[in-house]
Parts: sequence; C-alpha cells; structure tokens
Amino acid sequence: MNDGVVAESLRKSFGPGADALRGVSFAAGRGAITGLVGPDGAGKSTLLRLAAGLLLPDGGSVRVLGLDPDGEVHELRRRIGYMPQRFGLYEDLSVQENLRLFADLQGVVGDRRDEQFERLATMTGLAPFGDRLAGQLSGGMKQKLGLACALVKEPEFLLLDEPTVGVDPLSRRELWQIVDTLVDEHGIGVLVSTAYLDEAERCGDVVVLDRGEVLDIGPPARFAAAMRGRVFAVTPRPGVPPRRLQAALSGQPGVLDVSMRAGRVRAVAAADGEPIADLPALADDVAEVAATTPCFEDAFMARLAGRSERVQVRAPAVPERTAGGRVAVQVRDLRKHFGDFEAVRGVSFEVHEGEIFGLLGPNGAGKSTTFRMLCGLTSISDGEATVAGRDLRRAGKRARARLGYMAQKFSLYGSLSVLENLRFFGTAYGLAGARLRTRIDESLAEFGLGDRRRDTAATLPGGYKQRLAMAAALLHEPDILFLDEPTSGVDPVARREFWLRINAVALAGTTVVVTTHFMEEAEYCDRMLIMARGAELAIGTPAEIRATARSDEHPDPSIEDAFLILAERRTEAFA
Amino acid sequence: MSGQAAGSLRRTSGFLRKELLQILRDPSSIALALVMPVVLILLFGYGVSLDAEHIPVAVVLDDRGSASQDLLARLEGSPYFEPRRVSTVTDADALMARHEVQGVVRIGPDFESRLAATGTAPVQLVLNGVDSNRARLVEGYFDGIVGTWAAARIARGEAAAAPLVTVSPRTWFNADGRSTNFLVPGLVALVMTLTGALLTALVVAREWERGTMEAILVTPLRAAEFLIAKIVPYYLLGMGGMTLCVVLGLLLFDVPLRGSFASLLGVGSLFMLASLGMGLAISSTVRTQFVAAQASILAGFLPAFFLSGLLFDLDSTPLPIRLISHVVPARYFVGASHTLFLAGDLWSVIWPDVLALAAMATLLIGVARRRTGIRIEG
Amino acid sequence: MLWLRQVFAIAAKEFLTILKDPRSRFLVIGPPLIQFLVFGYAATFDVTDVAYAVVDEDRSPESRDLLARFAASPDFNLVAQLQGLQEVEQTIDAAQARLVLHVGPDFAARLHSGRPAELQVLLDGRNSNVAGIALGYVQSIVAAWSRGRGARGRGQLEVVRRAWFNPALESRWLIVGGLPVQIVLIIVMLLTSLTVAREREQGTFDQTLVAPIDSLQILIGKATPAFVLGLLDGLLMTAGAVLWFGVPMTGTLPALVAMLAAYSCAILGVGLFLSSLATTMQQALLGAFMVLMPSVILSGFTTPIENMPPWLQHATLVNPARYAVAGCRVVLLEGADLAAIVPFLLPMLVIAAVTMTLAGWLFRRRAR
Repeated sequence: MNDGVVAESLRKSFGPGADALRGVSFAAGRGAITGLVGPDGAGKSTLLRLAAGLLLPDGGSVRVLGLDPDGEVHELRRRIGYMPQRFGLYEDLSVQENLRLFADLQGVVGDRRDEQFERLATMTGLAPFGDRLAGQLSGGMKQKLGLACALVKEPEFLLLDEPTVGVDPLSRRELWQIVDTLVDEHGIGVLVSTAYLDEAERCGDVVVLDRGEVLDIGPPARFAAAMRGRVFAVTPRPGVPPRRLQAALSGQPGVLDVSMRAGRVRAVAAADGEPIADLPALADDVAEVAATTPCFEDAFMARLAGRSERVQVRAPAVPERTAGGRVAVQVRDLRKHFGDFEAVRGVSFEVHEGEIFGLLGPNGAGKSTTFRMLCGLTSISDGEATVAGRDLRRAGKRARARLGYMAQKFSLYGSLSVLENLRFFGTAYGLAGARLRTRIDESLAEFGLGDRRRDTAATLPGGYKQRLAMAAALLHEPDILFLDEPTSGVDPVARREFWLRINAVALAGTTVVVTTHFMEEAEYCDRMLIMARGAELAIGTPAEIRATARSDEHPDPSIEDAFLILAERRTEAFA
Repeated sequence: MSGQAAGSLRRTSGFLRKELLQILRDPSSIALALVMPVVLILLFGYGVSLDAEHIPVAVVLDDRGSASQDLLARLEGSPYFEPRRVSTVTDADALMARHEVQGVVRIGPDFESRLAATGTAPVQLVLNGVDSNRARLVEGYFDGIVGTWAAARIARGEAAAAPLVTVSPRTWFNADGRSTNFLVPGLVALVMTLTGALLTALVVAREWERGTMEAILVTPLRAAEFLIAKIVPYYLLGMGGMTLCVVLGLLLFDVPLRGSFASLLGVGSLFMLASLGMGLAISSTVRTQFVAAQASILAGFLPAFFLSGLLFDLDSTPLPIRLISHVVPARYFVGASHTLFLAGDLWSVIWPDVLALAAMATLLIGVARRRTGIRIEG
Repeated sequence: MLWLRQVFAIAAKEFLTILKDPRSRFLVIGPPLIQFLVFGYAATFDVTDVAYAVVDEDRSPESRDLLARFAASPDFNLVAQLQGLQEVEQTIDAAQARLVLHVGPDFAARLHSGRPAELQVLLDGRNSNVAGIALGYVQSIVAAWSRGRGARGRGQLEVVRRAWFNPALESRWLIVGGLPVQIVLIIVMLLTSLTVAREREQGTFDQTLVAPIDSLQILIGKATPAFVLGLLDGLLMTAGAVLWFGVPMTGTLPALVAMLAAYSCAILGVGLFLSSLATTMQQALLGAFMVLMPSVILSGFTTPIENMPPWLQHATLVNPARYAVAGCRVVLLEGADLAAIVPFLLPMLVIAAVTMTLAGWLFRRRAR
C-alpha cells in the first residue's frame, strides 16, 4: 500500500497555451526519496504546489498520505512539510525566531519544541547562529534553516522544490545528508525536484518530466543501465585541449551529448555501437576511445536530446590562438576591505589570452568580490589589477570598453525587446551605424534569436534569455568576457548548450573569466583559482587540481571531489 | 474542541509576535506610523492656514478730512491689514503689479464733502483676484472695518441715521474661527489612512514578494488567524499615531477637545478597522508592493485628503463628487471628528457616522477575508 | 559625438522602459488625470448652497421680506423653518444647517421707530472657512436689503469693489492654475526617484555600470525622459485647465514653457539624489512621498504662503514648487511674458544647479 504522493492524470493549466501539466501519473512512496527532474517549464514546481494544496488541479487527482489537498487541506498541512524554491524566511528575524514562528504555527510546544530545536540545530549545524538574523546567513545556511523550518513538526511527507539551487558543493552535500537521515531513521517520504543530475542519482526513483508530461519513471540505475554501450570516454592526444575536442565532437551526427569529465571528453552515441571513434575528422586529435560506465545524466541528456531544438554552435574555422599567449588579466596582491572585514586577502594570478579561467569557492569565499573588482563594479582597496593591458584604477572607462559582462541573474532590460536590448548595449559600447546593424544581425543569427527579435525579453524562456544575455555581452567583440555564475538556476540542457557556446567563444580567441558553483563546469576551464576565506586555496589546471587531491582513498577524484577534499584539509589546518 | 481553540490561539499569537518583531526591526514602518503623523501635523498646523493676517494694502488718501483719517486709523489698528500710504493711484497699481500689496483702498478727494452732503460716500477697494480665497477674506475684513467705523460715528453722534439692520454674528464651536481648529481634527483621518491602508498594504504585499507567503500558506495557519495577526499590530500602531496627533494638536496648536478622548478612540477604532480592511483587501489582490502602494494612495490617501471634507467643503462640490464621497470612509470619520473635537460628545449627531463606519469596516474586512485564501490562486 | 550618442541611447532605453511597462506607463497617465479631475472639481474654497435655517419670532412683513432675500439667493439653501430658539442647537449640532438666521420679536417695531433692528446669525464654526465666507454673504444681502428700503442711511459707506485678474473671484482658477506644477512635481519626482532604485532591484544596474559609460552620461540619460514626460504632462494639464475649466491664459507660451522647464530641472536633481540614496524601490517611494507632501503643502498651492508663520515662510524659499506655483499663476492670470518671470526662474535655476551637483556627487560615490 503506497500512501505517499499519488498522482493520476493530473492536469493544470494557467490559461490557453500555458499548460503546465498534461496528464501526469506517478506514485512516490514513504521511506524513500523520489526525484523530479526536467528542464525549465517541465512543471516540477506546479506539481509540488498541487501536492501541497497551494494550487488546485484542473483535471485528474493527486492524493498525499491518502488525503485530498482540496477537501482535507488543513489535515494535510498538519502532516506534510513543504519547502518552496525560494524558501520564505523572514530575513529580519533571527534563526531562533524563524524556528519559533514555524513551531507555533505547527503547534509544536513545550519540551517537545526544545527537543526539536536542539535536534534540528545539531542536524543543520545552525546551533552557533541562533541569534543571527536570517538575512545575514549565507545561501547554504538559509536553505538549511528553511529545511529546518519545514521539519519542525517531523512531517510524514516532505516536499522539496529545488532545495540546493545557488548552494555551494559543501552545503549541498550537507543538505542531502540531512534528507538521507530523515528517510533512513524516521521513514518519511520525500519528493524533491532538482536541477542537479548527480542529485537525481541519490533518489530511489526518478520521474523525468518535460513540458508537463512524464517521459519516464524508474530507479536511476535502470536509466543508466539502458545506456550501456553508448557512452564513451574520448582521450585527446597530448597537447590537444580537451575542450577543442568537445567542440568538434558536439557537431557530429550520431552524437547526442558531449561533456567533459576528468580531462576526457564524454560522448553519448545516438544508438548502440555508434562508431564514435571512426569519425575521420577527429583522427588527428584522439588518442583513445573507450566505452565507459553510463550514469543517469547520460540517459537524461539522451532522452531529452530529441525533444528540444538542437544547438548548432559555430566551430571556429581558423586554427585558434593557443592558450598561454599574452597576459590578458594580471592581478597582484589584490585586497578588498569592507570596514573591518577583509573580504579578499591578497590574491595574485594571471589569465592568458584565449584562456577560460575559473574562479571557484564556497559562498562567502571572496570570489564574487574579486570578480566584481576585475569588472570595475567594486573599487579596489589595495593591490594591482590590469585588464586588457590597462590599469583598472586609472583607465576604468577605457578598460571597460574591452570587457564583456554577464551577470548571475538575467540582467538585461526585461521590458525591452530582444532587438532594443541589443541596440542599447551595442551603442553603450560605442558601436554605431552599419557596424552596429551588422553585429546585431550576426548575433541574432548566431544565437538563434532571429525569430524572437521583437519579443519582450522578460517573456523569453530561460534558455533564450541566457542566449540574449550572452549575445549582448559579446556584441562589441570584447577581448575578455566576464561571466558571474552564468548557469545558476539554469536547467541542465540549457547549461550544456551554454558551455558549448563559451567554448566556441574561447576557441575564437576571447579570454573568459567565469565564476561557478557547479564543479563539473570547472572541467571546462583551462585553469582555475579556488578560493576560501578570501585567499587562494589552490590554483592550476583541472589536472593539477585533481592531482593535488589524489590519494589512495580517492584514486581518480573529480573536480568536485578535489574541491571538497581541499576544503576539508583547509578546515583541518585551521582547527 | 478546546484543543483546537488552543491551537488556533497559539498560531495566532505566534504569527502576531513575528509581526511585532518585524515592526520593531523595520525603521520604515515606524517612520510611516509614528514620524509621519508628527511631520504632517507640523506641516498642517503651521503650513496650512486659511487665516490671513497683516495683509499689505496700499492706501491712496486724496481727502484730508477727519472721517477719512479715522478710517485709515482703523485700518492701521486692524491685525488683518498693514496699510501703506502712497500718493497716487499709479503708485498703488505699480505696487499691486509687483505683488507688494494685495489690495488698494482709495478714498477720493470729495469723500468728506459727499459724506456731509448726502450722508454716504464711496470707498474704492481694488483686490488681486489671483488668490480668490484670500481676496474674499480681505473683502470681508474690510467690510467689518467699515462697519465698525460707521457704528462709532453713530455712537459719537456724527452720523444721524443708524443703519437699518445690524448683523450680529455668533459662531459656535470655533468662536475665533481659527482654521487650525478645523484642520487638526481632520488631519487625524489622514494619518490613520497612512498606517491603515498604505502600511498594511505594503507589509502583506511584501510577504508575497519575498516568498514568505508560500511558506506560511502550507502551515496550518488559517486565513482568519492570519488576518487577526495582521490587524492587531497595525491597529495598535495606527491608534498610537492617532493619539500622537491628538496630543500634539492639543499641546502645540491649542485645539480644543470638547468631547471625550474615549469617544474619539471608539470612533477612531472603527475608522482604523475600515482602513485596515482596505489595505488588506488591496494587498491580497495585487501582491506587489509597488502596485499596492499606488492603489492604496489612490483609494485611501487621496480620497481621505480631497473627498472627506478635511480641507475642502464637500457641500460646495458638484453632485457627482458629493456622491462619490459617500463611499469614502474618511468622510464619516472627519465629520465625527469635527463634532467630537469642537462640539462635544453629541451622540445623536455622530451615530449615523458611526453606523456608516461600522458597516464599511465590516464590508472591507469581509472582502479581505474572502480574498485571503489558503492557496496561491485567488 | 560618441559621448552624446551614448547619452541618447540611455535616454531612449529609459523612455522605452517607462512606456513599455504598464505600471510606469500608468504612473505617467493615471495620477495626472485623476488629480486633474479631483483637484479641478473637489478642491474648491468657493462656498455655494449654504444650508441655513431660520427662526422668525417677529413674523412681520419686514422680517418676511428680508428672509425672502435669502431664499432667493443662489448662495443659500433653506433647510428648515424652526419654531423657536430651542431648536437651534439640535439643527446646528447635527450639521443640518451651517447657520441659523434669528429675527427677534421686536424687529419690525424697531425698524418703525427708527432704531436699528438686529439680525442674529448663529454659525457652525467647525469649518472656519465656510463660516467666514457665509457670514460675508449674509452681510452683503442685509446691506443690499437695507439700501433697497431706501434707507441710504447717513454715515453709511458704499464700498466699490473691483478685483484684478480674477473679477469673479473664482477659486477654481486659483487651484487649477497651480495644478500643472503639482503634476510635474509628482511625475518627475516619482520617475527619477525610482529609476536607479529599480535598476538596482532588478539587477540591471551592474550591466550598465560595466559598459564604458561615465556617471554623467547615465544621469543625463536617466533624467531626460522624466524631464520630457513631466514637461509634456505639465503643458497638457495647462491646456486642460484653460480649455476644460476655462482658466484664462493671458501670458505668453514661452514664459510658461521656460517656467515648467526650469522647475523640472530643479526637481530632477532632488529625485536623482533620492534615487542614488535608496537601495530598494520601497525606500525610494517612501522617500519621494516624504519630499512630495511638504513640497505640495508649502508651495502656496492650496493655502497662501503669506498665512504661514514667518520662520516657515523663510523655509519655503528652498522649495522650487513655491516659485513655480506663483510663476504659473502670474503667467496664466496676470499676463506675464518671459521677462516678467525672471524673478521666479532664477531661484529655480539656482536650486536646480545645487541639487543636480549633489545628485551627481552622490551617484558617483555610490555607483562604484
């Protein structure tokens, strides 16, 4: 008898042409974690809101713990926990006051409340911060507090809507440990939506949603098993940058998905035994092609590949400048103070022309501040920073003319059309007349925005918004492109497309400086700086970073493993 | 059953405590609720006055007789006028054109002789009509001076015939006719509208905007409990603002409070509830702070200013405006407040206002209750 | 050249954001229209239809004749014939009548014996303005009646009145003539105070700041649409005042435009200053509100500045609306040309220079 969440032919529409769910059926049991994955607009949030009784279905039914979210909503809400995508913490209340509020609302009082608070504080590591205002917590801490608020009354079923968006790998791992504990020790059921495909692997069952329909349901291992024989690890010849190989492979027919993993290119073939290695164009660059163990991500990307518009990224025709040429960004002993607080404590590095350089680190490590200083958005307290050969402290405006910038959030003008946005940024960067027109036409074609040129930017789907932001940043053909967590909150499919484009930009000779939370994306970087507590934790190529973390325990660490290991070593050194 | 009641009480008080904490930590709500009343009362108390004094007028005196000298002396002695002697009408007109005087009084050369011969003589009064309201006041003041001048002449036996009819006015409630006495009681309504409609609309819309509403909705908190917890703190804040306003009015501007403070609190409470109902109804409908602010200014603040009788007399407006004013809660409160301040606890007079306010409060809170659901969709 | 093109691009972008977003589009059209109608019709100090009651204890032909004059006057509206003085209190308390005319029992007798008779007026002083003006009406009716009875009594003066610029003393001319000033104030203040805060809140500001544009260009670009829209609204409202409410336009158009333009500049500075200061739209809105209220009240728009205590009159010298209200009335009603409004223009230009410099300084400080 399954008494978790049971949906039958569930339908929900937000108006004509805006069907969010089109007949969804699945069951999520107690004592297990069920994952909801799918691109933006798949209907994940709508599904969770229907289960919480925040929305009412237009057709079909959903029952939670055997209760009807329409008629038995009060009983339902006493027994479930729900954490919305942006958990509504009261930022002007302290951690303790937030918990107390939700305890009162859930009717948890007296000794039981004290016990719960203690248990949750220990579990989430929030105990030392009881009096801190929620608004002053880091992103990861906020999410943990949100989860604690949803758990005050030990719910029988927990609904989580993308609980780890914008959270660094360390905090992400801790959040999942909490959820695992709840399932293992208390036997509650969890339905969680996520944009991280590695998280889907931790679920008992995964429901793959796309455009309001269930594509597939099953344990992640089953998805992976079905891909056996179709996933290959392609090792480049020495001296060939793996991302060049990735760019070349991505355009090939019969290849559904290409990604980077531990210095090798991972390719998913369209059918069994597709002879990826036989592609003649690649013969010079490839050293070895070996079948490798498939994972859920391979299956997911393959499943969705046929359903969305296929991205054609222009591969550079001319042999590109190789990385390691002239210095594009030079940083020496860069520091930033905010009052007494030293956010960046003397960082030095160089970025060469045509390189993709990553700035990584947990929330609050100082990477954003460093990044903002390089773009000229924050003044430099001390030290030197030269960008495109110009000293930022003296030639701010002229240095900025050679930069492109793309912000974490969509930061173009939402009320303006695609064309109006491009025209504005083009003129702002000094383009005019025929040159401006040519560049706009080229960009529209390159980013597949031609048909949407008159659309209002705010109404574009997520992936298109990102293309527009990138087009605007590249319109004036900058020497250096700055990307601030460009893929935060972006679905896996759009993320893959985005990196293919960045790869092409870099191969064409533009220097790229990028910050990211997704450690797998660090694989795309030629070199990277990992920061912690405002200082350098490690710097080098992905291979070098992995090598520093290699041990008997972790013979072949991924960048994410390496990051976690290095972060732990640093914490131990401090302790 | 009692367990349910206890749970309901706990939820309400828990949410209420959160609301109070937020008010205490957010300087802008304190500013709006307690600083704004002070700013407004000072502005209105000092800045808005319908009473003109020391009005500069040019006097062209072409007659040297004692009667005209007497009239000039009376003008000089009046607190309302500051006469400036000029020798020619041209000079006087030049002063008018430069806005240095508000009017010209001209006494012709044959004043004394005509007065002696016919018993009457003309006095010319030229006014700058741009500020028409002020011009009317000047006219009235001048008529008053001419009247006392004539009465004095009769008393001294210089004029034989007495006027046929004397007008003897007696003003009730606001005997000295100070406009502050009339403005401050109405201002209380404006202050309460700010807290009730504007602030409340902002705080509920903020819950939607910051995403806290979604987290609250999935808890067992009921809609009625939510509303009570939202109403109580802002009711207290609003009544605090009102008390502040009244105390400042009494202390700084010597406004009389002839009725009892308790009655004022009672009627004020009803008005406050109506305002809160309006604020809650607005914000549960529009859900963004920007729109909520605009809507509550349009539906709450502006009508409370213009359609309540606070400054502009409603009886003198065209019929459509008068009809619209009947659905403005502030109209009833301003009416009752004028009576309570200047006349006293005349329940027979204010009970229609009280009934109207009670009905509106019920209606508006009812609308807010209907609109506050337990789901995202309305 | 490039510099100007960039400024132009920013201005064009600002125009588009204001006009494409339904909420800010409403801001430019809605409040002006509502204020125009509400101010135009509701904001009046004219007193008409004064509700009154009478107590006639004489019931003589003379008293009836005098009271008939009131009944015939368009300014008065008889609501009750009271039986005695004991009913007066109830009538005034309940605000049924604004005033009660009381004719004593010896009214006719005194008139016949040549002694002055008395008409007692009992006024409701709750609205002091209405009471004062209604009393003036009573006095002039009584005076006219006296004259009509041929008793051009010795010792009576005949006051010959004449009002310049507004012969009928229409208070609508006063209010509606000052209206464009208030509309420009609200539009320009709201548009400029929200402009930077909105970009901060929506996260679009960084994207503009990293472009090779300097602070001055951003400020000029952001100020332009507010200036243009404010000026346009102001001129439209003036046209409305003239065409709809019949306010005369006796001055010259260049004078009016110059006045509104200088005024817009003065407010632009204040708005941009607030905008640079605020980090959220709510702060900007509340800040604008805090500036708007005193600016309107201390502008002489509804009540004359001369009525204020001297210290407050001095304080109004820094309020640009004060000069604009006076200037607009001078242009509309007193027939002023460009030369005649220089005394109003100069202080506004000084205020504009000061506030814009301050705004630029603060913007530069806070932007990076």
